Amino acid sequence: MQPLDNTTADVTAVGAVEPRRAHFARPLELKSGAVIPAYDLVYETYGELNAARSNAVLVCHALSGSHHVAGHYADNPKNVGWWDNIVGPGRPLDTDRFFVIGVNNLGGCHGSTGPSAINPATGKPWGADFPVVTVEDWVQAQARLADHLGIASFAAVIGGSLGGMQALQWTVTYPARIRHALVIAAAPKLTAQNIAFNDVARQAILTDPDFHGGHFYEHGTAPRRGLRLARMLGHITYLGDDQMAEKFGRVLRAGSFQFSYDVEFEIESYLRYQGDKFAAYFDANTYLLMTKALDYFDPAHHRNGDLVAALAPATASFLVVSFTTDWRFHPGRSREIVNALIGAEKNVSYAEIDCKYGHDSFLIDDPHYHAIVRAYMENVAP
Amino acid sequence: MNASAVLARPDFEVIAGWIAPGERVLDLGCGDGSLIRYLAQTRRVRGLGVEIDPRNVLESMKNGISVIQMDLEAGLAGIGDGSFDHVVMSQSLQMVHHTEQILREMLRVGREAVVSFPNFGYSLHRQAIAAGRMPVSESLPYQWYDSPNVRFFTMADFEDLCAQRGIEIMERRGFDGGRLVTEDPNLNASEAVYRLTRAGR
Repeated sequence: MQPLDNTTADVTAVGAVEPRRAHFARPLELKSGAVIPAYDLVYETYGELNAARSNAVLVCHALSGSHHVAGHYADNPKNVGWWDNIVGPGRPLDTDRFFVIGVNNLGGCHGSTGPSAINPATGKPWGADFPVVTVEDWVQAQARLADHLGIASFAAVIGGSLGGMQALQWTVTYPARIRHALVIAAAPKLTAQNIAFNDVARQAILTDPDFHGGHFYEHGTAPRRGLRLARMLGHITYLGDDQMAEKFGRVLRAGSFQFSYDVEFEIESYLRYQGDKFAAYFDANTYLLMTKALDYFDPAHHRNGDLVAALAPATASFLVVSFTTDWRFHPGRSREIVNALIGAEKNVSYAEIDCKYGHDSFLIDDPHYHAIVRAYMENVAP
Repeated sequence: MNASAVLARPDFEVIAGWIAPGERVLDLGCGDGSLIRYLAQTRRVRGLGVEIDPRNVLESMKNGISVIQMDLEAGLAGIGDGSFDHVVMSQSLQMVHHTEQILREMLRVGREAVVSFPNFGYSLHRQAIAAGRMPVSESLPYQWYDSPNVRFFTMADFEDLCAQRGIEIMERRGFDGGRLVTEDPNLNASEAVYRLTRAGR
């Protein structure tokens, strides 16, 4: 027997990676007016920063993502990055050309300072005292990470969903520091329906008796029931209707009705499993905070809703991508961004991908979708 | 779409001649982006292509031009009035059902429009019809059953529509096999190119 990982190693895989930590001692003033006195950001990098320090690409994560975008950990080869299929040597975000960075956002629960971290003022976890952060705040913190790494401007900033909103925000907050924005499965702001879904998720967490006003850490517990429900609800909205019908239909585990409230339909089993898995590792306060960041995102808010005016400062070129079966942020939402960019006389390309996986399509290695991202990135100067 | 490839050169040059350097150009039905690329190289225009076919969107992006995927049958809703100097539709007007709407939309989002299309009134086409057959030619290279074209019209028909709908024809050119046709283009030109604006501007 030959060693498996030497003979079958995928040459387009990033390989083993290690997270790194950056400490920021300078206080960060947030949009809410609150100040975080000091904080850490955990990040990973793939590929090499070139001599001109011009080939950096920042990958922004969505609700449940992290800095672990690609590759695996040497001590846990099964822990593969959440967007591994798009990052690597010869992959659409080609690490032979670009220096790709993944960062866990402020308020996250994967190592960056967030509600589960210790508040130096009290010596206890921040919990509910951790300030509400916004997309603008994340972009500000990411810019400080770029400073730390000696990156004056990004070749590109890319993200899906909430990550796409960060890429869009980058273009107006730091126009001189971003040359291309890839805004995928995103929206210029949430609809009332989107906010409604988020609030039901929040209510599930907030009303869980184990929430303890957000200070559940000191009670040695966590609002797992609430977080589980929040995830189950969210998960439904990330999947395509046809995909669910195709994958689960009305299939019964026992083959016939049991006339009980136990798991009967396969979809119930799947959702409960997803909910349990998520609730076991994700922080409830981080979930609350991420959903608020989504709700608040609206770059046109201070321009009386005029998105064209809001995007006017941008100098980046844009790729906007949507998915036909995404009903959470449907293609019309992406076209709002595209139309505003045209109105603001920006360079913009837009592709609408026919993919059955709903909002989560942005994580799928659909050949046409990846060909589009690849074609766009091939015209991005490193 | 090989129709635009076959007929590319003559209308490309004419269109380039009608566009001033640095203008904003929207190309409806841009195919693989050849025209925008040509205009970017020859006139330094800031171009944007529109395509419905995902393969063409990809080809355009590979050619390094900005392109948006959109169905022209739905008009240009969402694109603001006067966003472009020129809106071009090269060899695609005959493929759109809503002819009037798209012409109106072109002159809403653009100051001027340029359209080129195969001339159904071309002598060889008339001969084919007279002989009892639908025309198949260099400018109409499809069989009746596999043609992407849904509107069949002559230069004279098009000019009537413009007159009725308040569209001013600023210039027009007819071509046959790439050569400029000066005498009776409705009979002698296989392909037509028009420069349009709203009447009374």
